[in-house]
Amino acid sequence: MALLEVSGVTVAFGGNRALDDVGMSAEQGRITGLIGPNGAGKSTLFDVVSGLRRPSSGRVRLGGREVTRLGPARRSRHGLARTFQRLELFGRLSVRDNLLVAAELGPERRQAEHCVARIIDQLGLAEVADSPADTLPTGVGRLVEVGRALAVRPTLLLLDEPAAGQDGEETERFATLLRSLADDGMAVVLVEHDMGLVMSVCDEVHVLDLGKVIAVGPPEVIRNDETVLAAYLGDA
Amino acid sequence: MSALLQLSGIRAAHEGITVLHGVDLSVAAGQVVALLGPNGAGKTTTLRVAAGVHPAASGRLLMGGRDVTGVGPQDLARAGVCLIPEGRGIFPNLSVRDNLLMMTFTGRSREEIEDVAFARFPILAQRASQAAGTLSGGEQQMLALARGLATDPAVLLLDELSMGLAPLVVANLYEQVAEIARQGVAVLVVEQFAAAVLGIADHAAVLVRGRIERQGRPDSGFRTDLSALYLGSPT
Amino acid sequence: MEQLLTFGIVGLSTAAIYAVIGSGLVLTYVTTGVFNFAHGAAGMLAAFCYWQLTVGWGWPVPVGLAVVLLVLAPGFGLAVERVLMRPVQHLGEAERLVMTVALLSGAIAVARWIWDPNVARPLTVFFADREPFHIGPVTVTWHQALTMAVAVAVAAGLWFLLNRTRTGAEMRATVDDRGLVQLTGADPLRAGRVAWMLSTQLAALGGILIAPTVALDASQLSLLIVSAYTAAVFGWLRSLPLTFIGAVVVGCLESYLTGYLPQNEYLPGLRLAAPALLLFIALLVFRHRRLRGRDRRLVRVPVPSLRGTAVFAASTVAFGLVLATVLSDADLVTYGPLFSLGIIALSYVPLAGYAGQISLCQLSIAGIGAVVWGHLGAQGQLWALGAAVLVSAAVGALIAVPALRFSGVYLALGTAAFAVVLDRWIFTLPSFEVFGVRIALFDQGSVEVSGPNLFGLRLDGTAELLVFASVWLALASLGVAVLRRGRFGRRLIALRDSEAAYATLGGNLLVAKVAVFALSAGIAGLGGALYGMQHRTVTAEQFNLVAGLPIFLVAVIGGLGAVGNGLFAGTAFVGPHVLTGLVSWGHNLVSVMPALAGMGLAHSPEGIVSRFRREWEPLGRDRIALPALLVGLALGWGLRLGDVINGWTFLVWAYVLGEGLRRYAAARQTADPAEPEIPVEWWGLRRPWRADDREVLARGIAGG
Repeated sequence: MALLEVSGVTVAFGGNRALDDVGMSAEQGRITGLIGPNGAGKSTLFDVVSGLRRPSSGRVRLGGREVTRLGPARRSRHGLARTFQRLELFGRLSVRDNLLVAAELGPERRQAEHCVARIIDQLGLAEVADSPADTLPTGVGRLVEVGRALAVRPTLLLLDEPAAGQDGEETERFATLLRSLADDGMAVVLVEHDMGLVMSVCDEVHVLDLGKVIAVGPPEVIRNDETVLAAYLGDA
Repeated sequence: MSALLQLSGIRAAHEGITVLHGVDLSVAAGQVVALLGPNGAGKTTTLRVAAGVHPAASGRLLMGGRDVTGVGPQDLARAGVCLIPEGRGIFPNLSVRDNLLMMTFTGRSREEIEDVAFARFPILAQRASQAAGTLSGGEQQMLALARGLATDPAVLLLDELSMGLAPLVVANLYEQVAEIARQGVAVLVVEQFAAAVLGIADHAAVLVRGRIERQGRPDSGFRTDLSALYLGSPT
Repeated sequence: MEQLLTFGIVGLSTAAIYAVIGSGLVLTYVTTGVFNFAHGAAGMLAAFCYWQLTVGWGWPVPVGLAVVLLVLAPGFGLAVERVLMRPVQHLGEAERLVMTVALLSGAIAVARWIWDPNVARPLTVFFADREPFHIGPVTVTWHQALTMAVAVAVAAGLWFLLNRTRTGAEMRATVDDRGLVQLTGADPLRAGRVAWMLSTQLAALGGILIAPTVALDASQLSLLIVSAYTAAVFGWLRSLPLTFIGAVVVGCLESYLTGYLPQNEYLPGLRLAAPALLLFIALLVFRHRRLRGRDRRLVRVPVPSLRGTAVFAASTVAFGLVLATVLSDADLVTYGPLFSLGIIALSYVPLAGYAGQISLCQLSIAGIGAVVWGHLGAQGQLWALGAAVLVSAAVGALIAVPALRFSGVYLALGTAAFAVVLDRWIFTLPSFEVFGVRIALFDQGSVEVSGPNLFGLRLDGTAELLVFASVWLALASLGVAVLRRGRFGRRLIALRDSEAAYATLGGNLLVAKVAVFALSAGIAGLGGALYGMQHRTVTAEQFNLVAGLPIFLVAVIGGLGAVGNGLFAGTAFVGPHVLTGLVSWGHNLVSVMPALAGMGLAHSPEGIVSRFRREWEPLGRDRIALPALLVGLALGWGLRLGDVINGWTFLVWAYVLGEGLRRYAAARQTADPAEPEIPVEWWGLRRPWRADDREVLARGIAGG
């Protein structure tokens, strides 16, 4: 059974529908890509899943439990963690303290220091561990957000453009990290504009356009899907 | 054709990171140039540099042969540069009419502006006293575009005109853009959705990681390259 | 029925004034994003100037009016925009708020300086010699009629300006999208200037109209604004028509409360506090959106080392000991509150510095601490000090619950309203019983406060209490340092930096916010109790809103993120009193100083304490200079105790010695070239330089 199930989610801003009857799912041990042109509604869908925005209609289920009416903090206790497209770091705290805040809120709060040290090592953040987070370049900041999300030991991880601002080599290392997380049984949902990354790591890709899911399938299918290409190039 | 707007060797940084590594672009009067590329390539920053909103770390910005590097956005606007920023080229809490009134600071009278705007976009006349934020997305972009149309600029800079709009609406808007260019305006368009703009562009450039990787006439070979870029297909 | 209508007319004419003032407030807020706490103070100054011109110097009324409304008011507005607001425009909401609070505090101090508050200054109402006219059964004075006519004219004028002129469109457009305004070739600065001039004129108009019907008193007039604030909150600080409706509600409510509130000893204060109470309720009811944009800069929160803080705490106590032994009895009374006020200022550090919650009622809470100690600790029982802290903390938690819905300016406004409710109503109540427990506050006068009983040792002398307070400040500073280094401190900073991230990680915003309110209220309560001990008797006026503003300002310029802020704020607050002895107007100057310092915030947004720490750190680490300083100070202290030198000589000696050794230590440190040289290409980058960057850079330059 899928760990995350989203069904019939609609979000309306005024007259516009940012999301229109969207359904998707994510499974343990798999990386699910969520792509689409700018303004397609990807971040809005993340907000709905993580509880920062109430949908006008539709349901969100986590591990078989209905969480549509729960706040973000309660959902985190059901194993959900996320990063943000517009960075939401704790800017005045050091990188280590950013992770520590998360670890102390998560299930490993008794070995928080230990957990943080492990993640810093895993993500290669040792050099910046004591710098305040708001002095970091955006690319590193995104990595810190990933580390912070990992510190609460999530079973479902939502990543919103985590690789933006990384160079080729860094992206490759990041892809390896994502695979190893999935291999450990985590469900990962990835919003990303770097198609190389999406196509190489994802098991399945959902394509959103104008608030609707227009295609679902494995990367090699999506890559050659005419509707998807049309959406990206703006063909009528 | 001589360039009306010219960027040469523009480098620019954002939050301490260099995002443009020496961009060269030129747009002649009456020409539509499309600047394409994936997200985060630096397209918007290029436009903002051209409008004087974002400072260039090095390189020069020329308008009609005159060096205008470092001139502020207000003064460039009065000199005929019109930037319509992404997604919000309008004042949402002002009525359509007051939005048009805000277009009079570059010299044209209120009557002239309203005549041109309403003639081109009759729907705006019907919604004249409505708050601009309550218009549909397409109508909002029409209103934004009206500034490029009615204030008689020399250079029009458009950022993601198609954002969140249905393809048919986008096609209509770009018809208007082509019309503006035909009146002798130099138009530089930034777009993620290439198809709509390639139809009207005289010249296209692809920006990847702050560098122009390819430029030329927007023919079918261009399109193939783009799809490779966007969806990571093997080239 | 007739009475009902009469009170209605009174209410409407007051409402008219609130509407005029409130619309000015809305105008600056929407155009420049500044919520002007000093808006009422501008009206107050205008009323005083008008009195000076027409009564003091006997100018004809029309000339006086014209000078105030057409010259002084717009000039003042322009000066405020240019000198105070523009330098902080690029800083955060909090800094802009501090500027207007400084202006409010400064305007009151200046008005009291120029116009002696002990002299009565009656102003006559307009058309006083004309007979009132009648509409049906109701009598209307010409002044009332004039006021209402002015409000209608203002409403019409503003409507025309905003909706029918290009300047008005420019102003409204600036609210919507400042950047886009520039792209159209219009000028957002011009819009701001027009708004400041116009709104100051409106404040002046309101001030002049209301002054004849109330006493010409600096703080009272400045705080009349509370009612106008309430009116503006009715319009979500954005809508002028709703502001006018809000004004009518507030004006009539006040008037009917005057007319119909039953006469007993508990309720007269309620009438005075009603506008503030209504403001609090309006803030809760009218959901507000913040203006676009996040604070770009937040107060830095350095991590203090435990060793450093321990040294700091020891120095604090040593400083207390030196003062206690060196100062004369009279000076002890003047400078004694240094440490207790320092504790109150320190309470801002976790609340405002870490958690980013701006509260303007910390001194009021300190008042509660003082009263609890005064009543329960009459015999000096130490447990009563704990009770004072606990009761204060409980009050803090009580404020936190509604305050959770506020942020930024709205929180400042809500806590200011709470402080006014305490000042005007709660603190004036006679003792009352709740569930059989007698609760006494200031007993409608003053409360005796005695010193503590330390296991049989009764501390009653001013000098002993000074040392006692210094020990508590040292302990409180240590406590805040430990907090900053620990889990709770981290959480507070985290939730301020990103509520969304904190919540999605599973953090509970409610618990953390209530806890920090309670904690800092507890600290403030402790400070209040100690402050009370030093004064021996306390009255409600010592703890009112206006008295609390300078402490807030001094704490802000000290740097809200710094643990050393307590000692700094206390010293900076009472220190300038050395001037009082020197010149006759010294004490006026002293009361203006916190405001002036606050206005200088733009030049040192990181706070003075951090700079101090940076400058003095080399001395603290130096193995020669530090012992030399300690020996030198001990020597001077010994000579002073032996009456060989006087206090001034000791002070000068300490200063010269400290400054000299600091420079010596700093010079020794820079002579030591331990730091790697940073290449010029790296200047301006925010990431620290690392050795392996050299290669990257070399490649970059080579690749060109």
